Amino acid sequence: MLHRSDALRGYLLMSPTLLIMLVGIVAPFVILLTMSLWTRSGFEFDTTLTLANYERTWNEPIFGALLKRSFWISGVATAATVILCYPMAYYVAFHVHRNKMMWIILMTLPFWTSYLLRVFAWKVILGYEGVVNSGLIALGFIDEPLGFLLYSQEAVIITLAHAWAAFAILPMYVSLEKIDKSLLEAATDLGDGPAARFLRVTLPLSMPGIIAACFLIFIPTTGDYITPALLGGPDGVMIGNFIQLQFGPANNWPMGATLAIILMLWIAAIAAVFLFVTRLAARRVA
Amino acid sequence: MTSSDAYISIRNVDKYFGTFQAIDDISMDIAEGEFFSLLGASGCGKTTLLRMLAGFESCSSGEIYIDGQPTSDIPPHRREVNMVFQSYAIFPHLNVADNIAYGLRKQKLPRAKRQEMIDEMLDLIALPGYGKRRANELSGGQRQRIALARALILRPKVLLLDEPLGALDKQLREQMQLELRALQRQVGITFVFVTHDQEEAMTLSDRIAVMAGGRVLQLDTPLGLYENPKSRDIANFIGNMNFFRGVVRRDGSREGAIDVEGLGVIPVPLEQLTRPDGAPVQVALRPEKFTITPDEPETAPRVAGKVRDSAYLGERSHFYIEIPDKEEPVAVSSPNLTRNDRKLAEARTGKPIWLSFSPESIVILDAE
Repeated sequence: MLHRSDALRGYLLMSPTLLIMLVGIVAPFVILLTMSLWTRSGFEFDTTLTLANYERTWNEPIFGALLKRSFWISGVATAATVILCYPMAYYVAFHVHRNKMMWIILMTLPFWTSYLLRVFAWKVILGYEGVVNSGLIALGFIDEPLGFLLYSQEAVIITLAHAWAAFAILPMYVSLEKIDKSLLEAATDLGDGPAARFLRVTLPLSMPGIIAACFLIFIPTTGDYITPALLGGPDGVMIGNFIQLQFGPANNWPMGATLAIILMLWIAAIAAVFLFVTRLAARRVA
Repeated sequence: MTSSDAYISIRNVDKYFGTFQAIDDISMDIAEGEFFSLLGASGCGKTTLLRMLAGFESCSSGEIYIDGQPTSDIPPHRREVNMVFQSYAIFPHLNVADNIAYGLRKQKLPRAKRQEMIDEMLDLIALPGYGKRRANELSGGQRQRIALARALILRPKVLLLDEPLGALDKQLREQMQLELRALQRQVGITFVFVTHDQEEAMTLSDRIAVMAGGRVLQLDTPLGLYENPKSRDIANFIGNMNFFRGVVRRDGSREGAIDVEGLGVIPVPLEQLTRPDGAPVQVALRPEKFTITPDEPETAPRVAGKVRDSAYLGERSHFYIEIPDKEEPVAVSSPNLTRNDRKLAEARTGKPIWLSFSPESIVILDAE
C-alpha cells in the first residue's frame, strides 16, 4: 500500500514535466513518424502508410550526399569549437583564482545577442568587401578579395564554431574545475612531466565535459539551417535547409518528416559510436 | 648527528610567499632510514617544508641536499622522492592496480614483471586481490594504503607523508600507526612525516622536529623532547607539565639549589645550574613525576597539599592538588598499583595529602 502511494506521489510530482514531455515531444514525434509514412500526391497527402519515402532517400544520391556534408561540416565545427575552447576553459579553471564567475560571464557575453544577428555579423566580417578582405587588401597582402571566405563551407564552419563556443566552454570548464588539484601534484610526484600528466590525468578526467560539449554542439548544428542559408552558398547547403525546403516551398511534408527521422537516427548512431570510442580511448590512455 | 651521515641535509632554507615568511632559516639533517617527523600546529610551516622536499615549492634561499645532491634544479617529476598526500589523491578514473603502477610507466617494464610488482605491493599493504577494484569502492584506510603502495613501488630515496592519518577515525588511525611503523622498518626507506598530533609523532618517530612560526623549536628524539624540553612551548605541546617560578641560589658551596615557589629549596648539581645566583627561572615537573601519599614521606623534597579534584581513569588517577604559596593547583598523575592507591583515587576534595618527587626529575627553563 505504502509503496503504491509512494509511486503515486512520485508521478504526481513529475506530472507537469511528464505532461509537457507527452504533449511537446512524444506527440509530435508520433505525428512526424506517421507523416513520414505518407506520400505526397499533387497538393494533397496520400495517407496510406508506405516506406516509399525511405526508399527514395536510399536510392537518390542527393540525400546521402547532403547528410554526409552536414555531418562533415558540423563535425569539423564541433571539433574546432571544442579544441579552441578547451584552452580557455582550462585557463579559467586552473589559472584564474579570483572572479572566476566574471570570466565565465565575459566569455558568454557575445551570446547575449541573437543568433541571427551574430550570423549577419559574420557576413559583414567575411563578405566580399568585408572586414577581413578589406583589411588584407589595405595591408597589401592580397590584391583582390578572397572569394572563398563567404558563401562556402568554411564560412559555415567558422560561424558555427563561434556561435556555439559558450556551449563548449561551460561543460568543459565545469569538469576541469572539479578536478582535485592534488591529483595533478600526485601525477607530477609519480614522475609525469606536464605533457604526460595532461594526457593521463587532466584529459581523461575532463572527458565528461568534452563529451557533453561535443553532443551539445554536434546535435543542433547538424540540423541547423540559418547559418548555411545565409553564409553557405550552393556548396554550404546542409540537410536542415533541405528539410526546411520540404516543409516550405516544395510542400512535401512527408519527405521532410522522413528526412528528419533519418537525421535523428543517424545522430543517435553517431553519438553511440562516439561514446563507445571515447570510453575505449580513456581506458587505453590510462 | 654529524652532517657526514646526513641523507637529507637542509641548509639555511627560507621560504617567502609574497611578504609572508613561511620558513625561517631552517637547517637540519635527516639520516638514511630514519622515521623523521615534522610536528606543529597548522600554519607552522611543516607542510611547506615537506612540499619543498617534494619540489612543489622552491627555496627562496638556502639549499636542500638529498643523498648528497643539491635539489634546487631538479623539478618534482624528476626527484626520487615520493609523497603520500593528505587527501590520498587516488586517481578516480583508474583501478587499484593502475593507481599503484602509475609511476612505473617510464620504466617500460614487461607486463609480467609489472604485475609481479603490483602483487608484491598489494601483499605488502595487506590488500591482496584488490587490483581490479575501482577507486570509489575503497574505504579511507584502503585508500591510504594504496597511496602508500603507489609511492613505495618506485623505491624512492625518501617517502614524504602529509598527515596521512588525519582523515581516519581514532581506532583505524592507531592501527595504521602501527602498520606504518612496521612498514617503514620493513622497507627501510627514509620517511619524513608531517603531523599536528604529538602522540602520533611520539609513537612513530625516531626523531621529531617541533616547528612553530616557520622555525624549528627543538629537534630531538621523542624521549628527549619529553624529558628535556627546551622551552615552555615545547613542554606544553608534548604532554602535560606543571610550571613553578624559581630563583637560583648559589651560595659558594659545592651544591647549588633553586628556591621554587610552593616546593621549597631543591638541591641541583652545579653543572646543571649555568645561571648566576639570584637569576629567575622556571621549574617544570611532569604530573607523573610526583608521588602522592596520605602520610608524610621520609624522602625530600616533599610538600603538603590538599586534593582539589580527582579522577579515576583505571590504570591511573589524575589529581589536582592545592599547595601553599602557589595559585594554580598542581596536576598529578599517579598509577593505581596498590589498594592504598585506589583508596587515594576516591579521595574527597579537601583531603590532606603529601607530594614528593626526585630532584633529578625537574626541568629548568628560562623565566618567562
